[in-house]
Amino acid sequence: MDALFEYLLRLGDDRLVLGHRLSEWCGHGPVLEEDIALANVALDLIGQATHFLRLAGQVEGKGRDEDALAYFRDAIDYRNVNLVELPNGDYGHTIVRQFLFDAWSVPLLEALERTSHAELAGIAAKAHKEARYHLRHSGEWVLRLGDGTDESHRRAQMALDQLWPYTGELFASDEVDRALAGTIAPDPSALQPAWREVVSDVASRATLTLPSEGYMQSGGRQGRHTEHLGHLLAEMQILARSHPGAKW
Amino acid sequence: MVTRGSTDTAALLDVLHGVPDPEVPALDIVELGIVRRVEMRPDGVVVVEVTPTYSGCPAMQAIEQDIMAALRAKGYDRVELRTVFSPAWTTDWLSDAAKAKLTAYGIAPPGRAETEQPLVPLGPVVRHAACPYCGSSNTERKSEFGPTACKAIHFCHQCHQPFEEFKAI
Repeated sequence: MDALFEYLLRLGDDRLVLGHRLSEWCGHGPVLEEDIALANVALDLIGQATHFLRLAGQVEGKGRDEDALAYFRDAIDYRNVNLVELPNGDYGHTIVRQFLFDAWSVPLLEALERTSHAELAGIAAKAHKEARYHLRHSGEWVLRLGDGTDESHRRAQMALDQLWPYTGELFASDEVDRALAGTIAPDPSALQPAWREVVSDVASRATLTLPSEGYMQSGGRQGRHTEHLGHLLAEMQILARSHPGAKW
Repeated sequence: MVTRGSTDTAALLDVLHGVPDPEVPALDIVELGIVRRVEMRPDGVVVVEVTPTYSGCPAMQAIEQDIMAALRAKGYDRVELRTVFSPAWTTDWLSDAAKAKLTAYGIAPPGRAETEQPLVPLGPVVRHAACPYCGSSNTERKSEFGPTACKAIHFCHQCHQPFEEFKAI
């Protein structure tokens, strides 16, 4: 197993799956501006995934490009964290998930800007700028919903409670991380203090209570996913698989 | 047709200055900073390096096709396009002249890209973009996300018009 290839799949798959989830909001947003905002964030994430997966294909050296990796791998070969494949739920649930992801993505991409791998550093530098305004957007909405009406507060708190067990996977490391740590990629656990600081700060301003540490779900990085990923991939992949090689 | 001697970088840049951005046609792709480098290699191949404005900018493919078409029309048949990511594209590369063109086109130009502002500020961001129609600063940002990745939506309380701003990034 090539650790760098695996790592690039993780970076790409997190963003491809979350971008696809967000795109489900297109035409269904609670207000027009948010419909457009979520579609824009989805576009950025899928664009970032394109670049990470293209590089993954080059590193693998078996002639797979970003489309082959996106459309012709099954759920068991996907390497995203479980957090990003969960169904959208209501708007508050989508926003809280996005916030938990963005608050992690910013320090991760910031660290990757300094990686010894020049091309990865370039892609990360570009994505880092985008992750910053994604976090600004999701964070501002967590403030509005958490410190809004009784109903918006109740839903935001419920989303935080439900999503919390899926955050542990963001900071867990395995042999892939150990093979790359310190040279190409940061140790995942090293990102936790920065994440925790932003999440705690925004949660307290939003009058939300962070759940206590408890059982954490894991397995996505090794291909063990929730039942939701297969359905998402079926919808995303059916056209490419029905008409392989089609161009339009 | 291109003759030897006119194949210097300035001539190539001239051709690329003739390619407008598909989404913001007031500016060309050199002014926007999308074209990072262009040169004629000794073997006669024109190498063009481009950088994406946003990771998911859907116009990049159209831009690449437009570059090929513009160069071919001037007789440069062998063109190699490369995508480069570093340094990451920033609106700080826009010249004052380019910003003036944006305003004249009806899009408020970007301010300076801020990397040091707080990650999640409390309350709205305070920069009031000047309305490209009436010049007033009595404006309000309605959404950081607009019809394309590179634009935000504002509203002018002076002339009661919505307008777009080229986002600083």
